[in-house]
Amino acid sequence: MNVPDHLRYADSHEWIDPDSPETATVGISDHAQAELTDVVYMELPEVGRTVTKGEAFAVVESVKAANDIYAPASGEIVEVNEALAEAPEPVNEDPYGAGWLVKIKISDPSELESLHDAGSYREHVS
Amino acid sequence: MLRSPLHSRHEELGARLLPFAGWEMPIQYDGIVAEHQAVRDELGVFDISHMGEFLVSGKGVTGWLNGILTNDVRELEDGQGQYTLILNEAGGVIDDLILYREAEERYFLVVNASKIEQDEAWLKRKLRDGIVFENQSAEWGGLAVQGPKSTEIWNQLEPEIPLPNRNGIFRSNSGAILCRTGYTGEDGFELFDTNARIGEWFDHLLAAGAKPCGLGARDTLRLEKCYPLNGSDLDEEHTPLEAGLGFFVKLAKAEPFVGQDVLLGQKENGVSSKLAAIKMTGKSPPPRHGYEVRDESGENQLGELTSGSLSPSLGVGIGMVYLAPESAKPGTPLTIAIRDRVFPAEVVKKPFL
Repeated sequence: MNVPDHLRYADSHEWIDPDSPETATVGISDHAQAELTDVVYMELPEVGRTVTKGEAFAVVESVKAANDIYAPASGEIVEVNEALAEAPEPVNEDPYGAGWLVKIKISDPSELESLHDAGSYREHVS
Repeated sequence: MLRSPLHSRHEELGARLLPFAGWEMPIQYDGIVAEHQAVRDELGVFDISHMGEFLVSGKGVTGWLNGILTNDVRELEDGQGQYTLILNEAGGVIDDLILYREAEERYFLVVNASKIEQDEAWLKRKLRDGIVFENQSAEWGGLAVQGPKSTEIWNQLEPEIPLPNRNGIFRSNSGAILCRTGYTGEDGFELFDTNARIGEWFDHLLAAGAKPCGLGARDTLRLEKCYPLNGSDLDEEHTPLEAGLGFFVKLAKAEPFVGQDVLLGQKENGVSSKLAAIKMTGKSPPPRHGYEVRDESGENQLGELTSGSLSPSLGVGIGMVYLAPESAKPGTPLTIAIRDRVFPAEVVKKPFL
């Protein structure tokens, strides 16, 4: 299972890139996409929406079920991966690259400290 | 939680196991789409050890069964089977099942896992002198082998044991039961054998190229063919005529059956609802069981989906819903409420595929 070292991870399997807090990229982990299998539909928020850490802000649907995705940090949605609305396959195929979901302008960078680093997330999912 | 005799094999294969009708069963192995496609294109094998098996025999058993089941038992010859239903007094569906005539006064029934106890209680309450009812569900493991390559693979594995004809049953010398039936719309058969022996069949079939498939793919495969699922599309509030299963209801047979009066009334006066097939007309989240079905305006509720999924074969959302007959005509525009929005759909002719 792929867990890149430079990202932070939520218990609920979202990742966030802490290196650019003005446009922090968010996605779901390789573990999450493998558990979901066959992502067939993504429902993403509008640009400009403000989210609170832990708030359900998107829905990922597999053939079997609809699953909420929770904000790993509070802030404003500044960009959305519109390509996923037409073709959600990258969420499975490239969860840390083309399968990114949104970019968040983080309002409180100290929130990131409560997320897992790569080592602790590996333990969380093992 | 009950466990299949194949449980350890499922774990070794990395299956995702979830509770289903009191059993811990594989929902998927590799993924529903890949498993679905294997059955449509080649060959898949499903664990159906959770399903119920009854043996009923004795003098007068044919007439007795005919007074309980909707299809005409007297149309069966030795080695033949038929889809049939058990109804309550109000004509509502208790269970749908396959009945096989093994010999003149000996029948094998395969019933839904979730209904084993209720079916047994219902049949025992109606038991007559001379008829022997045996619930053998705990003794049999089962596999559904489904896909266009079923016959070819079976003939390689067991050239000495010919598959029965469509809907037929055959009991081998070793005691295995083969039924030429399934729930996917593809050619195939169901194989029942002892809990001790079923694992070897599973191993042989996998080695011959069958892909292990879970209940997730079983559900998408049956929905594309509009085969109803009891507990979702069938329930005690709806009759088989409302469910569109009139072909399996014989109102003029020799013995009147439980619920017949209500069905005769519906035949005469028409039904108040019909199980319709709906298809999403644009890009939308997959429709799912329980979602509200509304009129074209999205304002007025018409029903709730009894089944719904993305169709892996068609790449579009499909479902079934009980609607008033005037709304159930193919071409009728509808909407489906998904979370806080409505998405356009329309009634289509059954089946989807």
